[in-house]
Amino acid sequence: MANAAGPKRLTMSEVGVAIALGALALYATAVAANGWSVAFRFHGFLTLAASVAGIFAIFNNFYERGPDLPPAEIDGRPNYNFGPVKFMTAAAVFWAIAGMSVGLYIALELAFPGLNVAPWFNFGRLRPLHTSAVIFAFGGNVLIGTSFYVVQRTTRARLAGYLAPWFVALGYNFFIVLAGTGYLLGVTASKEYAEPEWYAKLLLTVVWLTYLGVFVGTLMRRKEPHIYVANWFYLSFILTIAVLHLGNSPTVPISLMSDKSYIVWSGVQDAMIQWWYGHNAVAFFLTVPFLAIMYYFVPKRAERPIYSYRLSIVHFWTLIFIYIWAGPHHLMYTALPDWTQTLGMVFSIVLWMPSWGGMINGLLTLSGAWDKLRTDPVLRMLVVAVAFYGMATFEGPMMSIKTVNALSHYTDWGIAHVHSGSLGWVAYISFGAIYSMVPWLWKRQGLYSLRLVNWHFWISNLGIVLYVSSMWAAGIMEGLMWRAYNRQGFLQYSFVDTVAAAHPLYAVRALGGALFLSGVFIMAWNLWMTVRAAPAGVAAAPLPAPAE
Amino acid sequence: MDAKHPVEIDEFTGVATTGHEWDGIKELNNPLPRWWLWTFYASIAFATVYVVLYPAIPLVRGATPGLLGWHSREAVSQDLAALDATRGGEMEKLAATPLAAIESDPKLLSFARDAGRAAFADDCAPCHGAGGQGSIGYPNLNANRWLWGGKVDQIYATIEHGARSGDPKGHQGLMPAFGRDGILDDAKISHVADYVRSLAGFPAAKGADVADGLKVFQANCVVCHGADGKGNVQVGSANLTTKVWLYGPTKEDIVKGVWGGHGGVMPYWSGRLSEPTIRALAVYVHTLGGGQ
Repeated sequence: MANAAGPKRLTMSEVGVAIALGALALYATAVAANGWSVAFRFHGFLTLAASVAGIFAIFNNFYERGPDLPPAEIDGRPNYNFGPVKFMTAAAVFWAIAGMSVGLYIALELAFPGLNVAPWFNFGRLRPLHTSAVIFAFGGNVLIGTSFYVVQRTTRARLAGYLAPWFVALGYNFFIVLAGTGYLLGVTASKEYAEPEWYAKLLLTVVWLTYLGVFVGTLMRRKEPHIYVANWFYLSFILTIAVLHLGNSPTVPISLMSDKSYIVWSGVQDAMIQWWYGHNAVAFFLTVPFLAIMYYFVPKRAERPIYSYRLSIVHFWTLIFIYIWAGPHHLMYTALPDWTQTLGMVFSIVLWMPSWGGMINGLLTLSGAWDKLRTDPVLRMLVVAVAFYGMATFEGPMMSIKTVNALSHYTDWGIAHVHSGSLGWVAYISFGAIYSMVPWLWKRQGLYSLRLVNWHFWISNLGIVLYVSSMWAAGIMEGLMWRAYNRQGFLQYSFVDTVAAAHPLYAVRALGGALFLSGVFIMAWNLWMTVRAAPAGVAAAPLPAPAE
Repeated sequence: MDAKHPVEIDEFTGVATTGHEWDGIKELNNPLPRWWLWTFYASIAFATVYVVLYPAIPLVRGATPGLLGWHSREAVSQDLAALDATRGGEMEKLAATPLAAIESDPKLLSFARDAGRAAFADDCAPCHGAGGQGSIGYPNLNANRWLWGGKVDQIYATIEHGARSGDPKGHQGLMPAFGRDGILDDAKISHVADYVRSLAGFPAAKGADVADGLKVFQANCVVCHGADGKGNVQVGSANLTTKVWLYGPTKEDIVKGVWGGHGGVMPYWSGRLSEPTIRALAVYVHTLGGGQ
């Protein structure tokens, strides 16, 4: 393929994808004309526009490219494909700002309910927009983007596929747009973290399987004898998310012209499948692949070897084996059978040390390089992320203990737990990765300003502290107030009393969120200025020195 | 340990590497931390014991019950029994005592007001307000103005069956839509609204035709609101002669009501709340300050 000379011809994949997009455009036209709801017709228009743009891009690229597809190697050096990585890195920063802005707005809605503007901007519609935008849009772009970067660098092989990586990057972001605009328009499957309706889920399935193909294809081309630990974590993430998504999405649309569908599961089985999915979205989306980021970026940034190869093997296999069973702890004291609740709890407790294995390996990799925390705020962000990871993965097993859960469940303690994990761990490790990767991708000497990274670090750190401590306080207060009985045997407080009592804490939480968001704006500015700066000297190697 | 990357000794720690290398990243060959491994084993031991003690392993039919014989449904029953014990049989006494007699038994009255307070805060406050102060369309329960009667047994009946609630025993009266249904034209509605405001002692507005309003009132309203405008608890019609206005006192509010009618819903609570709780609520509301 790389060396074939001769006339320029469309490849099979160019023709195939163009035909598939053409068929999609036909269906989208039918939906745009005959969809049963305004929202679905709007999505018909969006899909029509996207598929036409896709066909145009394929042919435009065909006329601009040479007769041969880009080679896998140039002069014996891997010819890395970083275009989709750059796109997804930029998309991640965009979605971080969008998703966290919505988060701030709904935090303010909870403190000041007058901000609910019906029907589009009600809390009920904005909340899934926030969660999906930060987890799947921001987090997802970081994960797919870094996985495309890391897998190439650690296998010394070009990303598999020609159109496929771009299809993953663009298709995934189009899925986000469909899902997000759907929530605002009232289109929802009403399953937490799986709110998109059937057609968006179908698109995600196609994108995700392509992603799996690209990743495995790249691993198979590897020039290294072994597969690096980060890639184990990425691969288990891609595989398990596929399984979870397929398990929680068998849904039957009421018509091909309707956005509405019904899930085939019912009753307590539906609840169990939903939380098997929901819990493992936390596990295999928000934990496992971010550990992959840690396994690449922490040793890279600290310039130290990973602390223990053995620990990485043992904690990888124990983590993925045990995590998958812990879902029932989201349904303690419900109609779920007692035995299921017991297993959910004990698996959560056994999960504690496998989770901490990652923390230990991350932190001890710093031995010999702790002094760098003083001078490198990016490394500091990565390391604080690992510390937050350790806290959240201790808190999780603790909250799964039934007697603790009786107090914490349904309260804002859950919100505190989720955000110490998502702000402290997921977002911080992502910021660290983005700060590291942008100068490498755009071939810049370094970041525009380390002082700004320092500001970002401290402002957002203060934000996390305010956010998490206010929600811990609110959650424990709510739990205690809800269960308080007076001497005659009646509830001491009504629900409304607990809402009123939480009001000041909700205001503090919104302040914490505002600080965290300001940090992201600082990061976006810093990255923009970094990319705008002149490239590093032409003579220099295109990327930091590879393996010596 | 491939030939390309031989095992090295890390200078700082003195630990050997594994000999792997990816993009400059190496790995040390450290053993598993002892404390980590033993804590892991301990958590497995805890899990094993817990699984033996509690329902855990699914079988073909049901699951292993666990040595302790614990069952979540029984645990709830025990908690509820403990709650009953705290309440010391007062709930049964509440159900058996005539409503009027409850208020003359100080101990039972205190208990009923406490039970009523807790139930009111969760079930009634969303419409009637935390203190029963009401709001537009939702009656104030402290004002000694009662559409369906303010005696404790009348209040009890209203809570038990509701108003326009779908319960056939509930109160049924409606304020008709005189304008929308074409019974009165806009001028007549304006005049009768002026007259109604004059009943409550508001000064007549400029250009008000109170005399014509009186005629309209006599022809259309006295059936329910009475010749004196003081209302009738039999049909739930409002007393128009006070300054307590369920839907607002301005002329605009009244015109709107005469034109489009009214008929808010009070839900029925029989079957949703226990009998003693409904009785406690009746006593609580009756003793809020507006009871008759």
